[in-house]
Amino acid sequence: MSLETLWFIIIGVLWTGYFVLEGFDFGVGMSLPFLGKGKNAEESDKRKRVLLTTIGPFWDGNEVWLLTAGGATFAAFPAWYGTMFSGFYLALLLILVALIVRNMGFEYRHKRDSDAWRKGWDLCIIIGSLLPPLLFGVALTNLVRGVPITQDSLQEFIYTGSLFTLLNPMSLLGGLVFVGLSLTHGMHFIALKTTGEIRQEANAFATKAGLVTAVLAVALLLWVGLTTGTTGSWITTVLAAVSLLAAIFFNTKGAEGKAFIGTTLTWALAVATYFLALFPAVMPSSTSSKYDLTVTNAASSHLTLQIMTGAALVFTPIALAYTAWNYWVFRKRISVEHIPPAIDPLKGAGDHGNDKNKEQVDA
Amino acid sequence: MEALDLARWQFAITTVYHFWFVPITIGMSAVVAGFHTAWLRTRNPEWMRLAKFFGKLFTINFALGLVTGIVQEFQFGMNWSAYSRFVGDIFGAPLAFEALLAFFMESTFLGLWIFGWGRIPEKLHVMAIWLVHIGTVLSAYFILAANSFMQNPVGFRYDEVKNRAVLTDFVAVLTNEVQLVTFPHVVSAAYMTGGAMVMGVALWKLMKGRVEADRGMYRKGARVGAWVTLVASVGMLISGDVQGKIMTDVQPMKMAAAEALYTTEQPASFSIFTIGTLDGEEEKFAVTVPKLLSFLATGSMDGKVQGINDLKNELPQAIAARADQLGIPKHYVDPASYTPNIPGSYWSFRFMIGLGMFAMAGALLVLWRTRKGGTPHGKLFAWIAILTPLAPVFANSFGWIFTEIGRQPWLVYGVMTTETGLSTAASVTDVAISLAVYTLLYGALAVVEVKLFLDYIRKGAEPFEEPKMLKDDDQLAFAY
Repeated sequence: MSLETLWFIIIGVLWTGYFVLEGFDFGVGMSLPFLGKGKNAEESDKRKRVLLTTIGPFWDGNEVWLLTAGGATFAAFPAWYGTMFSGFYLALLLILVALIVRNMGFEYRHKRDSDAWRKGWDLCIIIGSLLPPLLFGVALTNLVRGVPITQDSLQEFIYTGSLFTLLNPMSLLGGLVFVGLSLTHGMHFIALKTTGEIRQEANAFATKAGLVTAVLAVALLLWVGLTTGTTGSWITTVLAAVSLLAAIFFNTKGAEGKAFIGTTLTWALAVATYFLALFPAVMPSSTSSKYDLTVTNAASSHLTLQIMTGAALVFTPIALAYTAWNYWVFRKRISVEHIPPAIDPLKGAGDHGNDKNKEQVDA
Repeated sequence: MEALDLARWQFAITTVYHFWFVPITIGMSAVVAGFHTAWLRTRNPEWMRLAKFFGKLFTINFALGLVTGIVQEFQFGMNWSAYSRFVGDIFGAPLAFEALLAFFMESTFLGLWIFGWGRIPEKLHVMAIWLVHIGTVLSAYFILAANSFMQNPVGFRYDEVKNRAVLTDFVAVLTNEVQLVTFPHVVSAAYMTGGAMVMGVALWKLMKGRVEADRGMYRKGARVGAWVTLVASVGMLISGDVQGKIMTDVQPMKMAAAEALYTTEQPASFSIFTIGTLDGEEEKFAVTVPKLLSFLATGSMDGKVQGINDLKNELPQAIAARADQLGIPKHYVDPASYTPNIPGSYWSFRFMIGLGMFAMAGALLVLWRTRKGGTPHGKLFAWIAILTPLAPVFANSFGWIFTEIGRQPWLVYGVMTTETGLSTAASVTDVAISLAVYTLLYGALAVVEVKLFLDYIRKGAEPFEEPKMLKDDDQLAFAY
């Protein structure tokens, strides 16, 4: 296998890692409106805090998979990185803004004890969890489908479409599938990490979400297969469908771990289907196949790929090891009983009350 | 406004904003790790309270450093795709290394530290915050290596078949002479910033806090912060001095622009400030220190410093000759002018140095005034508490503004002009929209961040609680 092909596979693995891990973060974020509903305001808030705490120690590390996928694409396939990110400009901007407001929501929501404050950040978390999978689904489906690309005299491949080029039935279906799969996957994660009512509700909802997602996903993968399918991608398509159905089945039986493994495999196989349908292109041109970006013409030099391979071999296991330890440390299920009282800097502790006149700080 | 201007503004705004938070993250994580370690060693509750108090302030700040970093990672591809394609072979690898070696470490261990109270053994818990700190420093190393390549491109050749730069020596890229001095300079700056932040906050609480019993604790915090600032500022001066000489060597025009020196001088004096236009005509009024510029640039009091006008004549041939030797097409190495923005270079250089000196002086004063259990009073020290943390934050901004303005008109010095690196696919509208969105969003987030930061300062350190390992049914020590 050539180094270029190896790095094509590694980029696929990085995207898989991203969707497997951030996928459930997105699902948890999207679930605030319905799983976060309790009998009264106080219980609702406690439930929301349980949901967010299940991903609290993890989401930031999970997001690094995206940064690594971006950085690795830059290093291994600079032309792909440049053409895709400058071409899918506004879609990417929306994704970044969504991630920013979601992350700030995670970090800042608990830092004040005020309903208005929490409501605002909740909205940021919900929208910020819905948009990224939707837009990643749209973008990656377009990648497989092919987008208008030409090449200039300086050998730069240039995307010639607009934001609206990206909005077509197939890619929108792709976006919905990514959202549905994130939601189902997130429900399985919550069912694994909580006890009490939240766990039961997440389990019940996962079946519904799973069934809808399964219908959409099968339609999408068939569509992708009929458009740009290869033998390999057809095999993974069948396996992806099987693992999603298996996940739904195990979920109905209450086998939460197996259900979660099922949606994890579905992510991996869905990404594999996309990448097998792409190969040997990384970004096929709908204008003319002579403008296709491929694993050869978009790749870095051998020296760069060798250095990157060495680094990946040495450091990926280390990163995976401490990530696994992090998940092990916080393996216990949590429930509303575990949630401590909300903190507020304007009430209580150190200086007893807040007499602002005595402590005026010019910001 | 053309797409080029907008993209440059966007890079300037997002980078400067990102770099308000990054040095605080680097410096403060070290101080918080120090407090936490001191608790482990001495079992003095004050250290634990300081660790938790500054840990909260640290996370408030970390959040913004993190989200603005995501934008930086993708901005090269979005606005500078021609650049990304042309030098990605060299420039991409440090970014990938940064994510793999540094970002995973920072984010995973910060999650462990924040949520880990009562969940992991104490020694491992302290180790977690140290690993966060090491992650931030590693991250600085890789991203500065990437920037140093732009200032002083090494370890590459030009491939004419593919029309792009290709890596020849990765070790040379990671040990670029500019990098070896920039890294200590930036990390010293970060320690100064984190130290000054801790010092300023603790000093404020020492003077204005209303809990008498906590004064001793805040005095300790203020002194630790002041010591960190002071020691770091020594590292800052030494590395800055070496950096000046390397810069004169590698980017002579940058040094000339830093002084707005038009005619070559030997010895050359350094002006503290100038009232005038800086356009090389008669200066109206300037306060100068004789021979200082010679020393800064060459290390000798009588060294020759080249002026802008001479460089304007010499540089084009020198750069063209080197580009020819490498085989780089004229398209990439043909700027309209070889001179950066002179007033911008001149003033940012001075503000950087002046603000750095101010922080150093503030730390010294505080150390002197708080010795032997002294408590500062009065307006002077209240202002020192407020301004000393802000000085390095803005000194950092001016440092970056200086080094990046001074690099113009080059994106990669002598290899690629800024205008040739722009994305063809991104329209003016695209770039304008993103610039507007980032600016508004960042502005709003800054307001929220500062308000939270001040609220938590006002609240002060929490009462001490004896740490214990949690049982299954216990309430969590921390939850979202």
